[in-house]
Amino acid sequence: MAKSDFKIDIRTSPYIRKAPTVAQIMRNVVYALLPLAAYSVYQFGISALALLLATTLSCMATEHFFCWMSGKKSTILDASAAVSGLLLAMTLPPGFPLWMAAIAGFTAIAMGKTLFGGLGFNVFNPALVGRAFVQAAFPVSITTWTPELAVNRFVEFIPSTLALPFMKPAATAEWTAQVAVDGFSGATPLALMKFQGIMTDAYDLFIGNVAGSAGETSSLLILVCGAYLVYKNMLDWRIPAAVIFGTVISAELFYFLDPSKYPSPAFMVFSGGLMFAAVFMASDMVASPVTPLGIFVFGFLVGALTVIIRLFGGLTEAVMYAILFGNAATPIIETYTQPRIYGARKKAKEKS
Amino acid sequence: MNLVNLFGKKTFPHGIHPDEYKTETNAKPTRRLPFAPEIIVHLAQNIGKPAKAIVFKGQSVTRGEIIAEADGFMSVPIHAPVTGIIKEIDIAPNAKGGKEPAIIITTSLDSGQQVPEPDSYNDYQQMSREELIKAVQNIGMVGLGGAAFPTHVKMSVPADRTIHTVLINGCECEPFLTTDHRVMLENIDNLLLGIRIAMKCVAAPKAIIGIEDNKLNVLAAIKPHLPSDGSITIEAVETKYPQGAEKMLAYSLLGIEIPSGGLPSEVGLAVFNVATLAEIGALIPKGQGLIERVITITGDDLEKPGNYLTPIGTPLRYLLDYAGFKGTEAELILGGPMMGMPARSLDVPITKGTGAVLVLDKRATKNDDILPCIKCTQCLQVCPINLNPSELGLLAAKRQYDVMEEKYHLNDCFECGCCSYVCPSNIPLVQYFRIAKVLNRERHLQNG
Repeated sequence: MAKSDFKIDIRTSPYIRKAPTVAQIMRNVVYALLPLAAYSVYQFGISALALLLATTLSCMATEHFFCWMSGKKSTILDASAAVSGLLLAMTLPPGFPLWMAAIAGFTAIAMGKTLFGGLGFNVFNPALVGRAFVQAAFPVSITTWTPELAVNRFVEFIPSTLALPFMKPAATAEWTAQVAVDGFSGATPLALMKFQGIMTDAYDLFIGNVAGSAGETSSLLILVCGAYLVYKNMLDWRIPAAVIFGTVISAELFYFLDPSKYPSPAFMVFSGGLMFAAVFMASDMVASPVTPLGIFVFGFLVGALTVIIRLFGGLTEAVMYAILFGNAATPIIETYTQPRIYGARKKAKEKS
Repeated sequence: MNLVNLFGKKTFPHGIHPDEYKTETNAKPTRRLPFAPEIIVHLAQNIGKPAKAIVFKGQSVTRGEIIAEADGFMSVPIHAPVTGIIKEIDIAPNAKGGKEPAIIITTSLDSGQQVPEPDSYNDYQQMSREELIKAVQNIGMVGLGGAAFPTHVKMSVPADRTIHTVLINGCECEPFLTTDHRVMLENIDNLLLGIRIAMKCVAAPKAIIGIEDNKLNVLAAIKPHLPSDGSITIEAVETKYPQGAEKMLAYSLLGIEIPSGGLPSEVGLAVFNVATLAEIGALIPKGQGLIERVITITGDDLEKPGNYLTPIGTPLRYLLDYAGFKGTEAELILGGPMMGMPARSLDVPITKGTGAVLVLDKRATKNDDILPCIKCTQCLQVCPINLNPSELGLLAAKRQYDVMEEKYHLNDCFECGCCSYVCPSNIPLVQYFRIAKVLNRERHLQNG
């Protein structure tokens, strides 16, 4: 009854695996970002759409270019460049000139990612590297905000959007005055707080009925999209939780000291890009710690730094620098927060 | 102390929930596999020293007769699995792809294959602890859970250690495997006798049988047979891989951690597999040797998957032919899909430590490209030992094996494979760790 041999495949265990691929994770992040993108288009019109396309295409083209340059198989299909592009667009003002956006996208991938060796090796969140670059290069454009829900937003670009390269973008003040519903000052809630001492209602902030960067206005929508990723087990909820916790604690401290001078924790959490940064930026897997305690330390650090920079620094958009700093601190955080292993002996611990 | 257990099920932190695939075999009663025409008995059946052959070519042997004797304390004798004639004492292929000394027996198909009944029966209650432990060695018993560690060595607890509880491991957390499940359903009396013998050998007042809660019919079947004094109990723990690792089971049942690098006896535990104790219960009274064991044969393209009482030394080819393997290409695995070992050839025989033969084709995950680690932390979230597989993997890629061992507790990894199971980048983490351990061991040997 002996039968002929069959072909034996030799591998080592485990023989079964069940994990989403990197590309599936990244694609799901893209899906989670799409509602935010749609909302920003709804709020800011075709300028926001053009901005989203400009950064995303720029990021993907850059990724493809560098893969081609180094003779590697193109990695744009893993969608990580698309994620960076979308994230980047959402942190920029809706009327940001497109040519500047393209530069931001290029910088994000070239200096934030490829330089370190591509996906998995980047020290910083690439999107934030791109944004930091344009913040330094184009300080005026990146702080020029336009009103949400302008009347002609679906048929007319914000004047600054179509600025020609190396030309001074058209001033938006006049256009803003035309389209603004009533008394739009061209300032984000954070700027209002910082420079004029005006507090925006936390409910408006939560819903997103305010001016701001393309994708950061609605905390509610951000949380819903983040929850989808958490449900898919593709986002580590501990990071956003720690960032928010760090922000609330530090803001509460100052608010407690002098409520008339410092904003409330709720304002801090729902204003600016904090919610967006906490859910989508700080949680960038590659540039954040992997150890459980490290994740908390990292998140708390980002939250606390954001509050400190917002209150005492010269900038309103603090969370970007807080995260970049957190990214830089990640290796050292990891070094000191290695998990306690099962059955660890006390003596051995002291020795190391 | 044991926070996880406060919330319902007894369990341990981390781990994974792979598809079980156990229903293909777990309801089928164990059947006896016929004797293969040729039986290959490796002399190295156990961890420790191989046995020494005491038969010669051409000699007739009777089933159950000693054919190789123990070589020192860390060794156990081997008994003839079949009645037949010694064809050769030569090297024969082993699972690792090499060859090693073996006794090859041509089965006498015309003989009755009866194991001679003993002149007298042993009563474990009349035997001293030392006599019992010696008897366990004499029947050639090793851990049947897969490690094949000589059971009598485990039972010889150092004098300065007191065992308070015997843990009987009936978790069988590996997917596909159902041998322990069947043994627990079919051999309850032998199992309970084996537990009493083990309790006497390690002088423990208490024993707990731990099973995963996917085997609740075992719980119902065994409960009525348990002694009324409560010395032996059975408890269900969460169905989760690797629940059957002794470290995990100790934590799930008792909230006790077995110290890093230490033995369970350090914290007053002795852990045995159910199949081991069931065999001890069956063999000690008669003083007969371990010559067969229950093996799950399952996987893809099999006509008759199931549990088979298989003579030690049966070649895989015979086994798979009998079970009706129809495929043309497959992974051939000894053990479960998570920690099993690949067999390189169909001429490899079953050894005492083989609990399952798995042929996987469709349900095996094929290898994809290895991508860079994206630090998703999934591996940290499943590692039952709470290691940092992500960092270990990066260090392995850089070949910093010494750092892995000194700073990242490489040697605490027991290679359960959860990290590789969940890695979205297809990084063969546990495979790296196995290599790193081997290279470290070689380096330590060279450095004296």
